[in-house]
Amino acid sequence: MEYFIQQLLNGLTLGSIYGLVAIGYTMVYGIIGMINFAHGDIFMLGGFAAMIVFLILTSLFAGIPVALALLIMLIVAMLMTGLWNWTIERVAYRPLRGSFRLAPLITAIGMSIALSNFIQVTQGPRNKPIPPLVSSVYEIGAISLSLKQIIIIVLTVVLLSIFWYIVNRTPLGRAQRATQQDRKMAALLGIDVDRTISITFIMGAALAAVAGTMYLMYYGVVSFNDGFVPGVKAFTAAVLGGIGSLPGAVLGGILIGLIESLWSAYFTIDYKDVATFGILAFALIFKPTGILGRPEVEKV
Amino acid sequence: MAGQSLLKVQGVETYYGNIRALAGVDVEVNKGEIVSLIGANGAGKSTLMMTIFGSPQARSGKVVFEGQDITKMPTHEIARLRIAQSPEGRRIFPRMTVLENLQMGASLDNLKYFSEDVEKMFTLFPRLKERQAQRGGTLSGGEQQMLSIGRALMARPKLLLLDEPSLGLAPLIVKGIFEAIRKLNQDEGLTVFLVEQNAFAALRLSDRAYVMVNGKVTMSGTGKELLANPEVRAAYLEGGRH
Repeated sequence: MEYFIQQLLNGLTLGSIYGLVAIGYTMVYGIIGMINFAHGDIFMLGGFAAMIVFLILTSLFAGIPVALALLIMLIVAMLMTGLWNWTIERVAYRPLRGSFRLAPLITAIGMSIALSNFIQVTQGPRNKPIPPLVSSVYEIGAISLSLKQIIIIVLTVVLLSIFWYIVNRTPLGRAQRATQQDRKMAALLGIDVDRTISITFIMGAALAAVAGTMYLMYYGVVSFNDGFVPGVKAFTAAVLGGIGSLPGAVLGGILIGLIESLWSAYFTIDYKDVATFGILAFALIFKPTGILGRPEVEKV
Repeated sequence: MAGQSLLKVQGVETYYGNIRALAGVDVEVNKGEIVSLIGANGAGKSTLMMTIFGSPQARSGKVVFEGQDITKMPTHEIARLRIAQSPEGRRIFPRMTVLENLQMGASLDNLKYFSEDVEKMFTLFPRLKERQAQRGGTLSGGEQQMLSIGRALMARPKLLLLDEPSLGLAPLIVKGIFEAIRKLNQDEGLTVFLVEQNAFAALRLSDRAYVMVNGKVTMSGTGKELLANPEVRAAYLEGGRH
């Protein structure tokens, strides 16, 4: 039983990271109907930005408190990836708006390859380790809960609450939802659609940057190809939860995290990805719109 | 009240790809007027409404609002000049509540006058008040039409464009909506440019009207003149009277 709860906690931690990345996929899909395949690499860039900030901080200010260092890493990573994603949208996707559906998709795949290769060339192809940032572990009976896990889960909950508030309760969120539902009508009401889409990309990137920083803190290592497998899993999470649905993205992320850690615990770790994607394939046969996805029929 | 030109459409041509939808249209709307545009399906009436909003933009010709050339302006900036539209197909945001749809209409002023204006809308269309927490997509056609007009009015427009407010609605509801338009025009001096297939009701309501055929304005005059015009009667009124 303790073992099971332990694995649940591990899964929840991993799932939080996937969920944060999945939101970026699902929001962009919701607003412009395109899968931003470069989003996984944005997550990886976030990890790298955090790593570089960490190295600079520890070499300049040797005794900097960990909490402060982590905060600075988060903020810089969010700003940098936000800027990256804004630029990508501006340069690579916006000119293709209104062209056939596959064009931005192909561009996104190209952008993904370009980003990971760019990091490979400029940062080197090896794994980049950092010394453990946070190492406290709490023992509750036979269950061990690390401070890292608490930080990840709490931060995810806080960010999701802020995010939920923005989308559902602010003029910006209303403009985003309006743009999502009827772009032309939103423009007729004075909404600057291009700007709204840009902000959506920046918001998605900021969440991915948090996920990247957490990933770096959790595993203590980041590599240029980390955008791929975790990125695809976050995408899977978004699809499993129902693409276009924000709560769905989080739910999907947590499910994928749980499946992965439980499978690794009880079966074999080598097949954890097979299990994840197998369950996705299975779920989609029976519920193609995902768990919380809405059916396409709308009364108009 | 009337007289001063608010909107001027001069020789506008609009294309969808290679297909010419508007073939040199001239229309003028003065302050305080109700002007209607009547014509058959596919004549280009809705295209003109959208061209005024720069979506699609006119390929040639000019759209002038309050002396300012808005032909090449982005759609959202045109909306910020206080032109509001209840467009073809109503275009309610289906997954937003009625109240949120109205809030979207008021986004130009960041909801500054929202509580005041929303009360006005609820007096004008009491049905919306009952339905305020319901999602737009679940409303009936008539309710959606009221919401679409209400949403446009929330922007405190100088010019209101209405595209087929009577389409698909029961005669009683149409009467109510036309009554509301007349009232807004009389009480608040709201300028209205109206597209209608229900020519009889539109002409009776309007100060002036234009008749559009195949992307061209073929006739114009006061509402009364066109109502009496035998050609108009034959083409748009006889047998079509509701």
